[in-house]
Order: sequence, then structure tokens, then C-alpha cells
Amino acid sequence: MSVFELFRIAFNSISGNILRSILTMLGVTIGVAAVITMVSVASGARQEIDDQMKSLGSTLFMVYSGSRSFRGVSSASGNWAVLTEQDAHALREEIPEIVAAAANLRGSAQIVSGNQNWNCSIYAVDQDYLEARNWQIRDGNEISPTDFNRGSKVVLLGNTVRDALFGEGNAVGQTIRVNNVPLEVVGTLEKKGVSGGGRDIDDMILIPLKAGRERVLGRRGASGNAVDGIWVTVEHEWQMPDVEELIKDVLRTRHRIGPNQNEPFTVRNMSEMVETSLESRNTLNYLLSAVASISLVVGGIGIMNIMLVTVTERTREIGLRMAVGATGSIILRQFLVEAIVLCGLGGVAGILISFIAGWVISTTTGFPMVFEWYVFVVSVVFSAGIGVFFGFYPAQQAAAKDPIEALRSE
Amino acid sequence: MTDSFVDVNKLSKSYDIGTEKVRALTSISTVIRRGDFVSVMGPSGSGKSTFMNVIGCLDTPDEGEIWLDGQNVAELARDELAQIRNTKIGFVFQQFNLLGRTTAVENVCLPLLYAGVGRRERIERATESLDRVGLSDRLHHHPTQLSGGQQQRVAIARALVNQPAMLLADEPTGALDSHTGVEIMDLFSELNKSGITVVLVTHEQTVAEYARRIIHFLDGEIVSDESMIKEVA
Repeated sequence: MSVFELFRIAFNSISGNILRSILTMLGVTIGVAAVITMVSVASGARQEIDDQMKSLGSTLFMVYSGSRSFRGVSSASGNWAVLTEQDAHALREEIPEIVAAAANLRGSAQIVSGNQNWNCSIYAVDQDYLEARNWQIRDGNEISPTDFNRGSKVVLLGNTVRDALFGEGNAVGQTIRVNNVPLEVVGTLEKKGVSGGGRDIDDMILIPLKAGRERVLGRRGASGNAVDGIWVTVEHEWQMPDVEELIKDVLRTRHRIGPNQNEPFTVRNMSEMVETSLESRNTLNYLLSAVASISLVVGGIGIMNIMLVTVTERTREIGLRMAVGATGSIILRQFLVEAIVLCGLGGVAGILISFIAGWVISTTTGFPMVFEWYVFVVSVVFSAGIGVFFGFYPAQQAAAKDPIEALRSE
Repeated sequence: MTDSFVDVNKLSKSYDIGTEKVRALTSISTVIRRGDFVSVMGPSGSGKSTFMNVIGCLDTPDEGEIWLDGQNVAELARDELAQIRNTKIGFVFQQFNLLGRTTAVENVCLPLLYAGVGRRERIERATESLDRVGLSDRLHHHPTQLSGGQQQRVAIARALVNQPAMLLADEPTGALDSHTGVEIMDLFSELNKSGITVVLVTHEQTVAEYARRIIHFLDGEIVSDESMIKEVA
């Protein structure tokens, strides 16, 4: 008897009692839906890391003032500012592997445009910044070298800021005011999204370093050419460990730090930072997936329960089938296939529900969901496996029946 | 038609009911010839049902031999017995035992399914078989849409579909009114005339008299074995 026939019999008997079949499948359905949803949220988080790596650049270092031992104090970078614009130039010139080294000053202020206003981060940067942070221009132009040199009052708007101030309208050529300084919008930036820490990366504007220091952020005098940090990118990821050492050597020499002294600056690899920030969320997701798979097992027990009831109810049918020539092993297979089909259908329904759940989760919480094909294959195979595991005992009960007793039963 | 289809030799069978051992068959020996029509009678517990089950390969004896179509089936394994039931014996039950939610044709197909016959041929042969019992216009009806007599005809068609040498009928008219019962018995007679061996278990004398031979069981033994002269005449 072919497998096809067994499936036909199974479908017949499942469709003969639809309500019960659906209720039976429900456990597996919920289990599969929960597992897929959880795994997809976890994959989404993983995807987010990868995307961030791409947008940040996996070859990115951040060098900032303050030694690691002072890291806990957030104001340290300002107060201990030892890095200068010239450090950035020196790094670029002395280390050939470095593609871009961008000094920057950070601040935040209210931005006014007409009757709109907005609070966001302001980065005063040098020429290398767009390349170091892998920013793309959306509308308009980059800040020209001349503007950088002169410290012209020009600005590039992050996507969020552009939306907030100008909506769908044209931003390029408009003038905005920051700390009462008028700045001309020369361009806007492509959207990058949300960082691992949940911060909106696009909620900022870029201005020339000199303009920032002298006019907008008002840090002139205090620390001369000091900057808050330097973004450094290298060409290849494999160069990063060596370059990290080279950066430290160059900066130690420039700032005359003795071999036994603590460095007053810190070099951090950005991809490590992103990874750390998302790791905790991932751990939680995998824990939830484990809990979800317990519900799959519970679903399997439900299948076993109903299959035992079915076998008892259909004792007479089993006896008849045996009388007309079905062997025990055929009866075993028939009920096993029925359990597998129940679980398999439950699994497929679970996949459909997980799509809906995924859509709801990603639209309401903003967590990205990534459905990977292998998750579907694994969950259908796994639920069929549950069918085999939990269907075997009832099927064996059916196969072991004595045809005479079975035919006599009511 | 002189050769034996069933040859039972010193057959014994007992059951354990609680702590008590009940002897259902006590050293039974008899022969059923190919093409014969035999009624088996006797009160409940006389051993007639056990006798049916044993010659129908549904049960195995404790002692003795059963030669069925030249093969001793007394010591065959479960799966081998299933195969013999499938190919050589057709069963007809008092309660019809049709599968609900399944059409007449599908019900009749069942033995062919277990014989490994392909779907197209199954349908073809099941249709022929239903035609033979006069139900060619009820192929796709479900059991609930059929009268008792029609349901029993479907069951007989199912028993015939594998072209068995012997039909075993256990009270086939027990659940039918007398008029329908007569029709069913006429059908059995007709099938017997076409060469099929028929063994019938019944309580009713009138039903038993359709046979050429009546065996009476009592307390696990054959107490009488008479030929019905009218058939010979």
C-alpha cells in the first residue's frame, strides 16, 4: 500500500471531524507560531547588527579622549579633551592603512526653521567624516573643501531632522538657525535607521568643524584645537588589530605619553560596541524560543491524547480493516500518518500565524523580523517529528488490536 | 466439487475468562467441500462463532490443524493470516461494518487496497462487484444514504471483490427485516451457484435452510451434521 493511499485515508479521517482536528492541531500550531516568531525576532536583531556594521562600517574605530579607567564618567571626554584636529591629520598621514580619519565635536541645540523647531545632535566634523561614517548624500551636495577650510555656515541635515523641519518639501537652499547662527542647508543625508542602543542615527545635523567650534558650539578658547573624538576607518577588516596598535603608537608619541603612563584616550572598535549592545536582546530571544518550544511539546501531548481517543473510537473500523486483510504494520502506519498529517497541518497553520504575528510585532514595536526559510523547513519537519513521536504509541495500540475483539466492540 | 476447501482436524480452542477456562471448541473435525453451502447453527456459547473465526483465519486454534485450500493455517503468523483473509475469504457481518463517510465504491475497494491493487483497477473491480449485487446505481452513495439491505449488499460486494473462494457470513440477516433478509439469502444462493463456498452462521432455521448442509454446535462440539435433500433433488 503506497504512502499516497495512507495520506488519503489520513486526510479523509481528519476532514471527517474538522472541529476536533483543528482543536487537536491548535497546540502544535501555537507552538510552531511561537517558535518561528521568536526565532525571527532573534534573526531580526542579528540582521540589525549586520546592517549597522554595514552602515557604520565594520572597519571603523572610534578614538576619543579619556582613558578607559575614566570611561564611567560621561563628561570625561569633554573635560579631558586631549585629542586635536591635528591628531586626525597625523593619523591619516602616518598610517597608510587608514582611509579616513575624521575629527568631530559634538553638541546639541535647538534648530529653528521658520516657525518649526527641533532639538537634535550637532556634529561639527572635518572633511573625512562622510567617508569615515559611510554617509551618503540624498539631496544637494556635500560640504565643499572650501567651506570646510573657511568654516562656512553651511549644514547637512540628517533624514529625521529634514523630515521634522521640511517634511516632503525641499530642504536644500533653505536657511536654518542654530544658537542664533544662520546656516545654509547644502544637502541632506540618506536614512540610516536606529542604532543598536535604540538611538535614531538620523536625528542630527553636520556642520564644518571650524564653524562648529568658532560659531555654533562656542568652544573657542578653552581647548584650542581640541576635538571630542576621531573616527578612523581602514580599508580591510583584517587590518584592524595592527592599525589599532599603530593609532596608539602615533598618539602616544604625539602626546608624549611614557610607556608606563595611562593613555588619556581610548580606541574602540565599533563593531564590538554594536555587538555588545544587541547581545542581551538576543539572549532574551533565544530564551523565549526555548520556552516556545516547550509549548510545541505540549501540543504533541495533545495530539497523542486525541490519537488515543481516536484509536479507541475506531476500534471497529480497525477490526474491519484487519478482517479484510490489513496487517498490523499497515494499521500502525495508517494512524502514524494521521498523527503526522495532523501535526504537519498544525505546523503549516503555525507558519501562517507567525507571519501575522511577525507583521503585528514589527509594526507595533518596530523590531525588525527576519523570516529565514530554514526556520519553516525545520518547524514543519519538527512538527511532523512530533507527530511520529507522539503518534507512535497510539498507532501501536491500534496495530496490536485483536481483530475479533475489535469487530465485536461497539 | 468433491475436493475439500476447508479440512479441520481435531481442532481445540479455549479462552480464559477471568480465572475460568472456557473450552470453546473440543477436538472438532469436519470438512467443507469446495462450492458447498453450509449453515452453522447453535446457541450462544456453543462454539460456532469460534469455529467461524478459526476457519476465517481471524483466530488461531490451541491444537489441531486447519487445512485451507491445501495449506495448514493453524500456525501461521498474524501477517500471513491477514494475507489469507485478504485473498481467499470474504466476510459478511451482521452489522455490515461499512466505513461511514466513505462511498459504496470506496468501501468495496478496501480489500483491494490492502492487496496492493492500483486505484484505477480498484475502482473498476469495485464497480463490477457492486454491479453483481445489483447496486450499480448506488456507487457514490454513503452508507447513511442506503437502506439496511443495500448496506448489506455493499458489504457482500466488498467480500466478493477479491474473488475469494469462500464467503463467511455471520448472521447476515440478523439486522434486516424478513423481506430484505430473503433477498439477501437469495443473493447468497446465487453466489453459491456461481461456485463460491458459503459458510453461514445463523440462529434462524429458515435462513439456515438455504444451505445444502447444516452443522449444529453445542458446548464446543458438533452434535449434528445433516445434508438438505431438497438441494440435491
